[in-house]
Amino acid sequence: MGRSRSTARDLERYAGLFAQRTNGMKSSAMRDLMAITQRPEVISLAGGLPDTTHFPAEDVAALMARVAADASAAALQYGPTDGLEEVKRAIVQVMAAEGMDVETDELLVTTGGQQVIDLVCKTLIDPGDVIVAEGPTYPGAVPTFGAYEADVVQVEMDADGMRVDRLEETLDGLQRAGRTPKFVYTVPTFQNPAGVTMALERRHQLVRIAAERELLVLEDNPYGLLRYEGDPLPPLYALDGGEYVIYLGTFSKILSPGLRLGWTAAPRPVLEKLGLAKQGADLCSSTFGQHFVVQYFAQRNWTDLLGRLRGVYTRRRDVMLEALAEHLPAEATWTRPAGGLFIWATLPDYIDTTDLLARALREHVAFVPGRAAFLDGRGGSSLRLNFSGVDEPDLREGIRRIGKVVSEQVQLYSTLTGTPAAPPRPAAATPEDAAAGRVLPLRRRAGGER
Amino acid sequence: MSRVAVLAGGESLERQVSLRSGARVRDALEQLGHDAVAIDVGPDLVARLTDEPPDVAFVALHGRDGEDGTVQELLELVGVPYTASGPSACMRCSDKVLAKHALRDAGLATPDFYAFSRTAFESLGAAQALPAIEERLDFPVVVKPASQGSALGIRFAPTAQEVPAAIVAAFSYDTKVMLERHVNGRELAVSVLDGPEGPEALPVVEAIPRGGDHYDFEARYQIGRTDFACPARLEPETTARVQGLALDAYRVLGCYGFARVDLMLDAATGEPTVLEANAIPGLTETSLLPQAAEAAGISFPAFVARVLDLALIRAAA
Repeated sequence: MGRSRSTARDLERYAGLFAQRTNGMKSSAMRDLMAITQRPEVISLAGGLPDTTHFPAEDVAALMARVAADASAAALQYGPTDGLEEVKRAIVQVMAAEGMDVETDELLVTTGGQQVIDLVCKTLIDPGDVIVAEGPTYPGAVPTFGAYEADVVQVEMDADGMRVDRLEETLDGLQRAGRTPKFVYTVPTFQNPAGVTMALERRHQLVRIAAERELLVLEDNPYGLLRYEGDPLPPLYALDGGEYVIYLGTFSKILSPGLRLGWTAAPRPVLEKLGLAKQGADLCSSTFGQHFVVQYFAQRNWTDLLGRLRGVYTRRRDVMLEALAEHLPAEATWTRPAGGLFIWATLPDYIDTTDLLARALREHVAFVPGRAAFLDGRGGSSLRLNFSGVDEPDLREGIRRIGKVVSEQVQLYSTLTGTPAAPPRPAAATPEDAAAGRVLPLRRRAGGER
Repeated sequence: MSRVAVLAGGESLERQVSLRSGARVRDALEQLGHDAVAIDVGPDLVARLTDEPPDVAFVALHGRDGEDGTVQELLELVGVPYTASGPSACMRCSDKVLAKHALRDAGLATPDFYAFSRTAFESLGAAQALPAIEERLDFPVVVKPASQGSALGIRFAPTAQEVPAAIVAAFSYDTKVMLERHVNGRELAVSVLDGPEGPEALPVVEAIPRGGDHYDFEARYQIGRTDFACPARLEPETTARVQGLALDAYRVLGCYGFARVDLMLDAATGEPTVLEANAIPGLTETSLLPQAAEAAGISFPAFVARVLDLALIRAAA
C-alpha cells in the first residue's frame, strides 16, 4: 500500500502525461504566501468573502425544511442542464432590479459565476487567442485564462473604469497585427479588484464598439446590487440588448456563495454552445441549491437581506476608508468604491507588495498583492483590500497593521536614499474628507497596455 | 521497525514545500516498514513529542524555526534523536551572513559581501556607506535577506538606483540583509551525505534556468521551468574541485547527516565559489538532493534509511 501511495505522490512519473495547457496552471510563491493568510490568527483582508452571518440560521433551517417537504425527491435528483425554470424566473426578477429585460430561455444556470468565465473560455478560446481585460483584472479569472492558454491584453483603467479610448487603440493595434480578440472581459460595476465603476458614457461607447467590431463582451456583474451611494448605472447587457454582451450574474453576493449558483444570459447561439460545454463539465448545477433558491424567492423578500448587507458593507467601507486615511503614508493612494467589496490601494513604486505581504503576515494581516490582478508582472506596488468579510474592529486593526509595515518601508527607503519621507497625513475628520481629492490614480506603466 | 515522527509544515514561508518534502519522506518510511507519524509543527510540538515519544524524528522543515536550529534545540531538550544537522550548524547555515563569515574565515571561496541590520541603517548611518560598497562589489549587486532559505526576497540591482528598493524588499523577510557581489557563471549544487567513511559528495547538479532569472523562486519548485543536468557536464578535474569545496564547506559549517551546498562556477575565473549551504534542503520530486542521490545509485528510501541510521548513531554517541 505504501508503494502505491509513493507512486501517486511522485510527480515526476506523471510529468510527461500532462497536457500542454497545464504549463499555464502555475503554483506560485504568492500562492504559498496566500496559504498562510488562512490561519485563524491572521486578519485577512485578502478574501472576497461576503458576510454570511447576516443570513439567520433559523431562516436557513426553515427554507431547508420547505425544500424537504415540497420537493425532497426532486431536490435529490439530477436536474436540467440549463437550470430549473423557477430559478430562472428568480433570475429574471434579479436582473429586472438592475433594469435588464431577459427571457427565461435566454438563461443558463451555472455553478457560480466562476463557471461562466470557464465556459466562455472553453467555448471561445483556442490556444493563443486574445482576450482583452481590464488592468487590473479579477484575480480569479487569471488562472482560468491561463488554463485555456489565452493571450490576455490588459487595458488601463482610471476612476471611471476601463479607458475605452485605450481599448480602441488596443483593438486597432491588434487588428494591425492581424489579431481579433475573442472577447472583452469586464467587471464594469464596482470592479474587482479596483473598486471603480465604468462611467455611463464609456458604457455606451463600449457597447457601440462591440457592435461595430462584432466583438463579444463578457460582463461580469456580481456586485451591481451592492451599491452604497449614488444612482445605479445600466449594465452593458441592458444597453446592448443581449446582442454582443454575455452577461454573468451570481447568487453569491445577494444570497450565499455556498450555494455555488450563478448564471449567464447570452445571445442564443452562444448560449447553446455554453449549454453543451456545461453538460460536459457537470451535467447540471446543484439541484439541491436550486430548490433552496426557489424556496427563498417564494417565502422571503429577496431584497431584505440585500438591504441588510448594504447597510453592513457601507459602514465597513467607511471604516476602511477612515483607517486608510489615518494609517497609510501620504505617498499612498486608493480608490473610493461606491459599492462592491474592494478597495485598491497603490503604494510608492519602490514598495513591492508581494514582499510586503511576507512582512505583513508576521503582523498577522493579509491582503492580495496587486500582481495577482495582472498577467504581465504589473501591479507590483498595489494591493487589493476586502472590507466585506471582516468586522469593523478587525478592519481598523488590520489597516493599522498594514499602515505600520508600509510606514516602516517608507522610512527605510527614505533613510537609504537620503530623501525625507513626506510628512504624515493630517488626521481626517470624516470619511468624506479622507476621500476627498485622493482618489485613485490607477497607475500607468510606461509602454502602454501590455 | 521504528516509530518515526516526520516534522513538516510549520509557519515558515516555505510551508508548502516542506509539506511536500514531508509527504515524500513519509512514503519512503512506509516502504521501509517504519511506522511514520506526520507532525505539522505548531504550538503542540513539544507536547506531542513528549506524550508519545517517537524513536526518531525526521526533520523535513524548511525556513524559519525548522532549519534555523530552533526545532533542533527542542528535540535535544526532549531527548528525541533527529535527522540532519544539530542546532549550531543549522543556525550557521540558515543565516547566510554567519555562514559566509565562517567560510571566509576558513579560507574558502565565497563572493564578497557586506551585511547590515536594520539598526545599522536606522541608527548608524549605514546608508552613507552604500556608494563605497557598490563600488567594491560592482553591478549588478545581489541583495538578499540573511535568513530566507528560498529565493524569496532576493533581488538583482543592476544600478545604484535599484539598490534601495531591493534592500527594502529584503528587509520584508529579515532584520538583516546582505549585499553580495554577483557572480556570473554556472549554477551548481552539491549534496553531501554522511556515510561510514565520513561525508561524501554526491554528483554535481547544474540548474539551467529556461530563459529566466536564476533566482526565480517559482522556477525552483516547478517541473519544466528549470532544466537540471545531473551529473553536471564538467571536466573531471572541475567536478573534483567543486565537490571538494562543497565538502570543505560542509565540514566548516559543522553539518551532519546531509546538506546541500550551492555554488557558482565563476565564468571569469573558472573557479567555484560557495553561495550558501542548506542544512535541510528540499526533498520534493523536483529537489536537487534526491536527484543527486539517484544519480549516485542511492534511491530515495535508501537515502532516508541512511539518514535515520545516522540520527540514531549520533544519539547513541
